[in-house]
Amino acid sequence: VTERPIAAADHCTQEWWDATREERFLVQRCVACGTRQHYPRNICTACGATELVYDQATGRATVYSHTTVRRAPHPAFTPPYVVALVRLEEGPVVLSNIVGAGQVRCDMPVRLVWEDLPDGRKLPLFTGE
Amino acid sequence: VTDARAPVIAGAAEGSLGVTGKTILELQAEATVAALDDAGLSLRDVDGLFTTGVSRFSGPQVAEYLGILPTWIDATMAGGASYEMFVGHAAEAIRSGRCEVALISYGNNQRSARSRKLGGVVDEHAPDAQFEMPYGPLSPISLYAMAAQRHMHEFGTTSEQLAEVAVAARAWALRNPKAFKHDAGPITVDDVLASPLVSDPLHALDCCLITDAGGAIVMTTAERARDLPKPPIKVLGHGETTTNVGMSQIPDLTATGARVAGERAYAMAGLGPQDVDVAQLYDSFTITVVLELEALGFCGRGEAGEFVTKGRVAPGGDFPMNTSGGGLSYTHPGIFGIFLLIEAVRQLRGECGERQVPNARTALCHGTGGILSTHSTVILGVDR
Repeated sequence: VTERPIAAADHCTQEWWDATREERFLVQRCVACGTRQHYPRNICTACGATELVYDQATGRATVYSHTTVRRAPHPAFTPPYVVALVRLEEGPVVLSNIVGAGQVRCDMPVRLVWEDLPDGRKLPLFTGE
Repeated sequence: VTDARAPVIAGAAEGSLGVTGKTILELQAEATVAALDDAGLSLRDVDGLFTTGVSRFSGPQVAEYLGILPTWIDATMAGGASYEMFVGHAAEAIRSGRCEVALISYGNNQRSARSRKLGGVVDEHAPDAQFEMPYGPLSPISLYAMAAQRHMHEFGTTSEQLAEVAVAARAWALRNPKAFKHDAGPITVDDVLASPLVSDPLHALDCCLITDAGGAIVMTTAERARDLPKPPIKVLGHGETTTNVGMSQIPDLTATGARVAGERAYAMAGLGPQDVDVAQLYDSFTITVVLELEALGFCGRGEAGEFVTKGRVAPGGDFPMNTSGGGLSYTHPGIFGIFLLIEAVRQLRGECGERQVPNARTALCHGTGGILSTHSTVILGVDR
């Protein structure tokens, strides 16, 4: 099986990826203004402050939009599969796959599941409630 | 008193189109020669260069290839909106006296070189490589597909309505001898729906062509243009913005940055959507046009699906749009933006033969780049 194309964690994202090993999905929160954001950065996109902390997401989310991909961009993928933008209960939108959910529709509730990666990290995916 | 330093377009031309086997730089040079000839100017007159998509050093690379030593260079890379940005940036440089003759050039050989990839180009150090590419989206198609899906969910837009955009583009291409699909015959809504789904709900015929092409625009001052052969095309307004690079970072899938770009261009021109005689709206995908029509104020939010039906945007309809055949049926070499401008110039000069929009005096060009990432509007006008 060909592995998914995925870049290594970097200085800014190491803590986020380390938490996936324990199946924790972290979301950054700005200490100054309270805005939550994802992916991890060293600056708040709402107010420019630089003190950011992590909260653990509940894993509850809704589908913002979705598409069934019919052609593979990489040998790791076997079409058809569902790519979706998912809005976390905490606010930020993330790109992911929806697996084992049957017919996917906009605004449907989904929940977090994890897929093992070869290097011990885990990849967050979503499935039907 | 005329505005001597008002920026105008003096020349516009394509180079080779289609499947050329030529290099990017050859395509750029051909288009440059043709556009300078159209303008009645020569390479020695060029002191400003605006180009991208060649290499890591696109500006210097093109300057070297052409043998020019420009004193003003802009190689902004903002995908499909870059060339509408360049017109705005060149207009400011000309008005402020930083350059006298601006060359805006583009070339791409992606069809001959087979350089287009379904998953797009990934920078390994960019956040997408960790947080988005692992999920296998087609890029850019899957983001536009999700915008279409959301538009359908919020407003009841249908695949049949999206298909009307592709059907109209083909009908225009049949009237443009230079169009890649000029001899391919008309298509119907059923043809679009019967073409294979690529990333639901977008079918193959909802997606733009993949071609080679070169194109160039020459800009100068109104004063200089008085002695040149073609009627000067005035740059009346320009606006631009950027909203995201990653798919997850887009602020809204159905209300894009085109609204901000358009509002700024209209305000600068002192015009509104009702004043536009012919529109050239970047049609990377059928949904792109639907989103642009709404954001640029040609119809209300959620209304563009209905707006494009009943032949309104096809030849003979009351909203002439993408009269070259667009990216869907004329040419699409990676970045289509300069070809929107070339067609608008020709429409305003009255050079378009059987696809000419009668008495076109004001044209709007809008570039959308990346994954609904970058947005730039240019409003052009001609005195008659």
